[in-house]
Amino acid sequence: MTVSSTASTAVGLEPLADGERSAAETRQDSLFRWTLFGAATMVMVVLCAAAVSMLWGGRLAFQTFGWHFIVSDAWDPVGRNFGAFVPIYGTLVSSAIAMVIAVPVSFGIALFLTEIAPGWLQAPIAAAIELLAGIPSIIYGMWGLFSFVPFMSDYVLPWINDHLGVMPWVGALFRGPPLGIGMLTAGIVLGIMVIPFISSVMRDVFRTVPASLKESAYALGSTTWEVVWKVVLPYTRSAVVGGIFLGLGRALGETMAVTFVLGNAHQLSASLLAPGNSIAATIANEFTEADSDIYLSSLIALGFLLFVVTLIVLAIARLMLSNLARREGR
Amino acid sequence: MQAPRRLILRRRASNLVSKVLGTAATLFGLSWLAWILIVTLINGARALSFRIFTDITPPPGADGGLANALVGSALMSLLGVLIGAPIGIAAGTYLAEFAERRPVWRESIRFINDILLSAPSIVLGLFVYTIYVRQVGHFSGFAGGLALALIVLPVVVRTTDETLRLVPNMMREAALSLGIPRWKVTVQVLYRAALPGILTGVLLGLARITGETAPLLFTALNNQFWSRNLDGPTASVPVVIFQFAMSPYDAWHSLAWAGAFVVTMVVLVLSVGARAFLLKNRMDSNA
Repeated sequence: MTVSSTASTAVGLEPLADGERSAAETRQDSLFRWTLFGAATMVMVVLCAAAVSMLWGGRLAFQTFGWHFIVSDAWDPVGRNFGAFVPIYGTLVSSAIAMVIAVPVSFGIALFLTEIAPGWLQAPIAAAIELLAGIPSIIYGMWGLFSFVPFMSDYVLPWINDHLGVMPWVGALFRGPPLGIGMLTAGIVLGIMVIPFISSVMRDVFRTVPASLKESAYALGSTTWEVVWKVVLPYTRSAVVGGIFLGLGRALGETMAVTFVLGNAHQLSASLLAPGNSIAATIANEFTEADSDIYLSSLIALGFLLFVVTLIVLAIARLMLSNLARREGR
Repeated sequence: MQAPRRLILRRRASNLVSKVLGTAATLFGLSWLAWILIVTLINGARALSFRIFTDITPPPGADGGLANALVGSALMSLLGVLIGAPIGIAAGTYLAEFAERRPVWRESIRFINDILLSAPSIVLGLFVYTIYVRQVGHFSGFAGGLALALIVLPVVVRTTDETLRLVPNMMREAALSLGIPRWKVTVQVLYRAALPGILTGVLLGLARITGETAPLLFTALNNQFWSRNLDGPTASVPVVIFQFAMSPYDAWHSLAWAGAFVVTMVVLVLSVGARAFLLKNRMDSNA
């Protein structure tokens, strides 16, 4: 902030300092400034154009099906009748499973990195966790399909069927054929993928807590856990929620890994073990097969819905994160 | 005496439990990393051979390599960086240096850029499909490069913006006081000081698009043979991995693992290398 204001004062002085600054230099300066302005505006234009172009591409589907597009579970390329409910349901459920796994684990990792680990261990562990974010999603997909799915179907899912599946009420969620591919597997893979994003935000904001606050709590005899739970977490609450929403935004739009392990089945099932579909996986799998205008338009309309939902989630995340930054006076 | 003692024990126990769980969570996270890397590296190393780099992708049941996909990936990534990086650097420079009179505009662009940074890449692919592929009527490597450029763009904007803001004000003042025009100050003084950070951003952007699959599915599509030029369907390693891994053929699976090995290696070298490069430069300038 101070940087630019000082610089502008200096520029404001230019014509006064000596009248010899050539017109050519002034022209070059303003050309340079407008070029940069144009580039920055591009960022804005890309986002808006993406939204508008997808709304335009999906207009046929929205016009034909209206509101039924969102609530109908039909997906019939032959009869040309499309509804987005199954993919929307799959996206929401798999992301919900992902958050159930990722949020506590990320909190644990942030706790470990800020309070438990000795100093020399913090940087290498943090770098290793961030590597998880660097691995491309296609690699998660291949590993998921060839390693994790067999592991789930051989060991985890039979156990879940036998122990959780027999419970009253919630049992229906955990009963099903142990295929390996399905909502639960996709949710777990998504959870692993978003752990680095959530944990790095949590770790960063935990570090911003003023030492005096923590020291006061320690001086009163608090344990490490009490300091984290009763001082650090309340202080950073909005940013922590922001980090969680950031992870949620990632999970909602994740494509390739989910495409590999979700099963691409257009069916609604109460069981988390059954194959399903998500918005992103549907688009990835079927886009090149779309043989009619309404099919293509429905897929683009799906993309528009995904875009709008992730935009809202990410915007909330950024607003929550900037609250903390403002309080710090940054 | 009895009650406080029990309270202390309970507080100590909860403290211990939290530390154990925190450590367990970290081990849990690290074990996935180890599992994924080991599986990829072992399967990949087994499938790797020299033919990967010389032969083109085979039809089912035949032997072959990934040469056309590797070249396609390299060309499209290069195109992505060549389009995305200059625009990103320019936009980042504007945010850090030239936007002081439009603070609202500056903050909204930063906000939008942050959102673009985490927006689903498949959506950017759909966007390029509607504005490019649909207009020209065929899939093309140029469209693929354009989609990748949209992924590089926000990464470079962010790192350029952040790096330039770290350049000490003294440098600007010293240069301006000599009567140097502002664009020269930016290009010849500030860029030189911020170069390591900007390069790191470009490398991180490159690392991100190396494994990108979703935006290429509807832009560059795929090509089993050499592409004569980029103005037609172009093969890329991630899309070939997707196609081959989902197929029922063992030979294709093995090629997919080889591709996964190459992609993982490139991404790891780029992202670790970029961070190490930045760290080294920071230490040098501090010394």
